[in-house]
Amino acid sequence: MKHTISVLVENKFGVLARVAGLFSARGYNIASLAVSETLDPKISYMTIVVEAKDEKVLEQINKQLNKLIDVITVTDFTKKEYIDRELILAKINYTPKDKPKLDAIFNKFVGKVILRKDDTAIIEAVGDQQQIKVLLDELNKFGIKELVKTGKLAISN
Amino acid sequence: MNITGSQILLECLKRQGVEVIFGYPGGQVLPTFDALYDFKGLKFILTRHEQGAAHAADGYARVTGKVGVCLATSGPGATNLVTGIANAFMDSIPIVAITGQVPTALIGNDAFQEADITGITRPITKHNYLVKDIKDLAGIVREAFYIASTGRPGPVLIDLPKDVQVAQTEFIWPEEIKLRSYNPRYTGHPGQIKRAAKLIMEAKKPIIYSGGGIISSGASLELLELAEKTGCPVTWTLMGIGGFPSKHKQSLGMLGMHGTAYANHSIMSADLIIALGARFDDRVTGRLDVFAPGAKIIHVDIDPSSISKNVHVDIPIVGDLRQVLIELLKEVKHAPAIEEWLKHVEDLKKQHPMGYKDKDKILPQYVIQQIDEVTQGDAIICTEVGQHQMWAAQWYNYSKPRTFISSGGLGTMGFGFPASIGAKLGRPEKIVFDIAGDGSIQMNIQELGTCVANKINVKVAILNNGYLGMVRQWQELFYKRRYSYTPITSPDFVKLAESYGAVGFRVTKKEEIRPALERAIKTDNTVFIDFHVEEEENVYPMVPAGEAINNIIGGLA
Repeated sequence: MKHTISVLVENKFGVLARVAGLFSARGYNIASLAVSETLDPKISYMTIVVEAKDEKVLEQINKQLNKLIDVITVTDFTKKEYIDRELILAKINYTPKDKPKLDAIFNKFVGKVILRKDDTAIIEAVGDQQQIKVLLDELNKFGIKELVKTGKLAISN
Repeated sequence: MNITGSQILLECLKRQGVEVIFGYPGGQVLPTFDALYDFKGLKFILTRHEQGAAHAADGYARVTGKVGVCLATSGPGATNLVTGIANAFMDSIPIVAITGQVPTALIGNDAFQEADITGITRPITKHNYLVKDIKDLAGIVREAFYIASTGRPGPVLIDLPKDVQVAQTEFIWPEEIKLRSYNPRYTGHPGQIKRAAKLIMEAKKPIIYSGGGIISSGASLELLELAEKTGCPVTWTLMGIGGFPSKHKQSLGMLGMHGTAYANHSIMSADLIIALGARFDDRVTGRLDVFAPGAKIIHVDIDPSSISKNVHVDIPIVGDLRQVLIELLKEVKHAPAIEEWLKHVEDLKKQHPMGYKDKDKILPQYVIQQIDEVTQGDAIICTEVGQHQMWAAQWYNYSKPRTFISSGGLGTMGFGFPASIGAKLGRPEKIVFDIAGDGSIQMNIQELGTCVANKINVKVAILNNGYLGMVRQWQELFYKRRYSYTPITSPDFVKLAESYGAVGFRVTKKEEIRPALERAIKTDNTVFIDFHVEEEENVYPMVPAGEAINNIIGGLA
């Protein structure tokens, strides 16, 4: 089962390697990972989606992360209310006659076309994982040439 | 006044209370060795291999409870420390390893003798540092010692580039260390301690299972008090040896794969396990799903991640073992009613006694018993890893903490001899033995040079059976006696010792054992005693790997 956790870490040399290394050394799987500085540049915020087969594994992940000296706090969102979003950038097949169809899609989803070039459009979109999944199904009808995702970002509410 | 990074490092070590550094020089650590040349107040021991330095620092830390320090150069010097660091990590031993590094401008350029040692040691250190700015150095050294020695202790590595060693700045000793992300919890939760006390007072078949945490938190007296107040039988792990007097009437000895049969049978039928600073390692629990099925578990540990990792715990208590035991003792108002249980445990002891069948040749168990008698159970016993290690665990009567020095978690052959050097420096007034096999001793035998050059007087008892004995035992029992590459040749250990300027004896008859040991102890030099023992003697009792721990083979019953 997938769980979303956030980890506040000291923004120090090698901290990402420490966190990533812990996951690989102990055989935990990272489904996605997003990292950036916080308002305090000495602290970074990681949103990690992990695959954990049960509560026990999740508890160990939490405890092992807390053992890292550079980890300040670990929050398991599974037990909390939280908002999550993911940003995607996609290159899709596009011709001007596709415009109404695409406009219809973006009436339902948060996103837009950011560049049109020859037979390609680059679009950006934001949503939770379910919304992104549905959106990608829609975009697939055009043909997706290339896709990048940020991985999940999460914040408690 | 400005001083160099190397001088700052040494000044910090001195202020941290370091007495001795074990190490080996090299190109990228030259400035620090230059500073060491006329630095007052730090003893330096030149080992013959960096691995020896790391194990010596570890041995020193184990006998003294202080932080052990080792120093090596970049690249191969640093990588040679790796086994020693991993060994200290697995057994939660506080050491600070300092490595030279190529100058910061060359890092990442595949420079001569460059290795990414902070990357390499990340999973085997409690924490590590690459010092990029001399202004951070004093603070980092302070933090390193603080992290190594507090909470669950462990190794910390400091990688120090050559340009940082030679750079100059004003030395400011940081009086305070503040780490917002590191706050070990020392006091146990009072409610949990009350609940634990209630369970103990109501238990019918309780057992205390103690581990290395007893030693590292200095809780042996509190353990003894708890045992005597409650009447509970006490068993321990390899790491817990010395935490409880082995001749005490409530003692069950070591449990697990080569534990006593009565300890294993007792814990399997217990209704309450009081786990103190132990981590339910696979060598202790055997097959997990059938381990102690009727027992509730109280687990006290400083490391929350040790709790409920392998077994489900009913009452977890995170805290320093000694502090928790002091509080727990206040809450345990009376002993549980366990007369029947104690009678059952006594019966188990009678039904499954420890023993071995005598043979014509010298038996290794007998050698250990003789060492026990000659030293009156008061020596510091270091071991390598293998059969001799288990016999040393089983047949010597330890009564004090920090007297059994052995590689528990990592199982590092070659640990014992350099560890005995550190042990002797830490406790010079003690007789220090390294109990070795003919295989293990050859893994760090070069440290004979260190002993002789520094007049470090340790006694090495080699239980020489011509085999890598523990592997041979498994091959005998589980691989149809196909002794694949376990017969091993050795040099003439007597001549070898002599060639280094040490002393060597060979013992081939039982009656020679005692005089040889007595002579060795009287000799003011390192002594190798080459005991030619029964070749195919096995360590029993034994629980085959992955079996329930009451599924015991061998032994007298």
